Amino acid sequence: MTSTALETVPATLRDPMLPRAAVIDAIKQETHDVGTFTLRLDEEPEPYAFRPGQFNMLYLPGFGEAAISISSDAEERDTIKHSIRFVGTVTMGLSRLRAGTEIGIRGPYGTAWPIEQARGRDLVLVGGGIGLAPLRPVIHHVLRHRDDFRKVTLLYGARSPGDLLYAESFEAWKQAGIDVHVTVDRSEDSWKGVVGVVPLLFYRIRIEPKETVIFTCGPEVMMHFVAYEALARRVPKESVWLSLERNMKCAIGVCGHCQYGPLFVCRDGPVISFARMEPYFNREEY
Amino acid sequence: MLPRVSATVAIPKPDLQQVFDNLRGSRLRLIGPTVVDGAIALGEIERTEQLPIGWSDEQQPGRYRAKHGAEKTYFAFNVGPHSWRRFLHPPRLTLFSAKANGKMTIEHDGEEPPRYAFIGVRACDLQAIAVQDRVLMNGSYRDPQYVARRSNAFILAVNCTKASSTCFCTSMQSGPRVTGAFDLAATELPDVFVLDVGSEAGSQVLEGTSWAPANAFDVGRATEAVQKAERQITREVRTDHLGSLLFEHLESPLWKEVSGRCLGCGNCTMVCPTCFCTTVVDTIDLSGRSERIRVWDSCYTTDFSHVHGGNIRPSLRARYRQWVTHKFAAWREQFGVSGCVGCGRCITWCPVGIDITEVLKAFRSTGVK
Ligand SMILES: Cc1cc2nc3c(=O)[nH]c(=O)nc-3n(C[C@H](O)[C@H](O)[C@H](O)COP(=O)(O)OP(=O)(O)OC[C@H]3O[C@@H](n4cnc5c(N)ncnc54)[C@H](O)[C@@H]3O)c2cc1C
Ligand code: SF4
Ligand code: SF4
Ligand code: FES
Repeated sequence: MTSTALETVPATLRDPMLPRAAVIDAIKQETHDVGTFTLRLDEEPEPYAFRPGQFNMLYLPGFGEAAISISSDAEERDTIKHSIRFVGTVTMGLSRLRAGTEIGIRGPYGTAWPIEQARGRDLVLVGGGIGLAPLRPVIHHVLRHRDDFRKVTLLYGARSPGDLLYAESFEAWKQAGIDVHVTVDRSEDSWKGVVGVVPLLFYRIRIEPKETVIFTCGPEVMMHFVAYEALARRVPKESVWLSLERNMKCAIGVCGHCQYGPLFVCRDGPVISFARMEPYFNREEY
Repeated sequence: MLPRVSATVAIPKPDLQQVFDNLRGSRLRLIGPTVVDGAIALGEIERTEQLPIGWSDEQQPGRYRAKHGAEKTYFAFNVGPHSWRRFLHPPRLTLFSAKANGKMTIEHDGEEPPRYAFIGVRACDLQAIAVQDRVLMNGSYRDPQYVARRSNAFILAVNCTKASSTCFCTSMQSGPRVTGAFDLAATELPDVFVLDVGSEAGSQVLEGTSWAPANAFDVGRATEAVQKAERQITREVRTDHLGSLLFEHLESPLWKEVSGRCLGCGNCTMVCPTCFCTTVVDTIDLSGRSERIRVWDSCYTTDFSHVHGGNIRPSLRARYRQWVTHKFAAWREQFGVSGCVGCGRCITWCPVGIDITEVLKAFRSTGVK
């Protein structure tokens, strides 16, 4: 007997919390505490496709799951890459794995960078620390379709020169027509570059406010000041896009952990416009 | 012959056992109110004698007392510490198990979700189920366990004929009269149950009872009984623009004041019938087999908002604000309904008796609106 008030559902609804297996093809040590994992997924149950800005939940049995952005080229179909900073239970566990091992993966989840909005205009990418990882698929896109954009600028910073992610690619990105500016919070003797926090890099570039779209990912205070600098230069709030971070347990809008005001960051974010986020963003302990 | 859907019938009170038998005959597990450790809890029952016959309750901020009297009433109490989400969205559920030794195998526990008949669902709780439907069943992702349990559940709702001092369903437009989707809705009178038939299944379980179309006298008495409950409700929440009022005062000093007595115990989230937050616990045994277990979680725990480098909400003030703004502001934007149905549980079961209706009043009186 079934309550007629409701539709009947198929007995085998696929459980969205079930990961699928992925093989670690290669691990590249990027910095002392970040490694890039190349993962290969079976075609089953379906071929994998994602949009720049989205993330996966990586699962290590016995340890748990971690939300990690996809940092590879969305047009490259057979493998995906994740740059992972080893900070706690799951990520430390991952750091001990070798190529050939299988891990669990679910995704892709979340919103993507609105690359369409930047087409034919200037694009400014602003990253802090590991926050460059979710921006890298945008850089890959730009490299493939450079003519779709006018000026493309990358403002990037990390704590120290040794913490700079993908540093070996900066030269190639410059060659390909991206204006790259790098800064560090703390310098070392060998460092010839800029010292200071990321938002200060805005003073090194010129912005045409109505024709500029900004994508930023990094610590929340950094993004707060990025938005501040952008707005001070009269870039509309609708053209400033943030990638947010919150504790995540499900990534599908049912565990409640990632709430940020009315948003579920896993579902309505991580990429969201400053215009939408402003009433709630960077409020004390919110 | 059986009554048609939307008919109103009456059955002698002892005939409720026949309804129970019919439900059990269709292999449903009956869950209903029953007295456990001096409180009216929800548990598995088979016979009407297991209902809290003769029991009623007294509820006040931070206080609950169930007491036994002489009258042979079946449903003369209000909602207790348990709600139906305990069965639709269980406190602990194994998601899957995995084995990894280079290769990874994932096994889904193929156990059939239980099929339930819920006995005595109050109006506020029926609305709470409808709220959780939106969260766990009607969104872009559907929780397969919830969907299975919910779709198979038979609902015998009960109209309240008394209200507790903590009830405010009238403000949240959820009660005391049952309005949502049910199979049967009962109003208890001294001699009979007046039943609204809400579905084909609701009609079928009357097989073998001596049901008869309700006469005008019974219908009149039933209406009057629910109106009496409604008159007993004193607590009130003004809901117009409530969400924007709270969001506009995110950094108000009032939060510190209203959360001043809060212990951060999370009781309010555990008793709330709409709260849905969960976390996942990972276990591993000596053979290397690990399990992922989903358990209820609360936004009052410090771990809840943990990210590398610390918690987003270290202070109780911030965690209290999270709970209130989620229920009364964010929820409406997320799911198109209020996250509160006015059941009053969080008021009763708060160890220090914080009263959400008073907290919201405080914001109303400082607010611009
Ligand atoms: C959308 C999104 C994208 C991310 N992309 C990357 C990325 O590309 N590279 C990367 O290195 N990190 C990324 N992170 C951060 C990463 O998820 C955390 O560092 C990771 O969850 C830490 O897990 P842990 O078990 O190692 O740490 P622990 O401190 O042991 O964490 C315990 C639990 O807390 C939660 N948690 C801890 N830190 C974070 C955090 N910073 N964000 C969210 N939840 C957290 C997790 O639920 C975790 O299971 C991303 C986070 C989000 C939300
Ligand atoms: S917030 Fe309190 S009154 Fe409202 S539904 Fe939850 S427990 Fe009941
Ligand atoms: S809140 Fe209303 S419906 Fe719920 S128990 Fe109280 S009177 Fe009944
Ligand atoms: S991570 Fe569970 S709701 Fe967003």
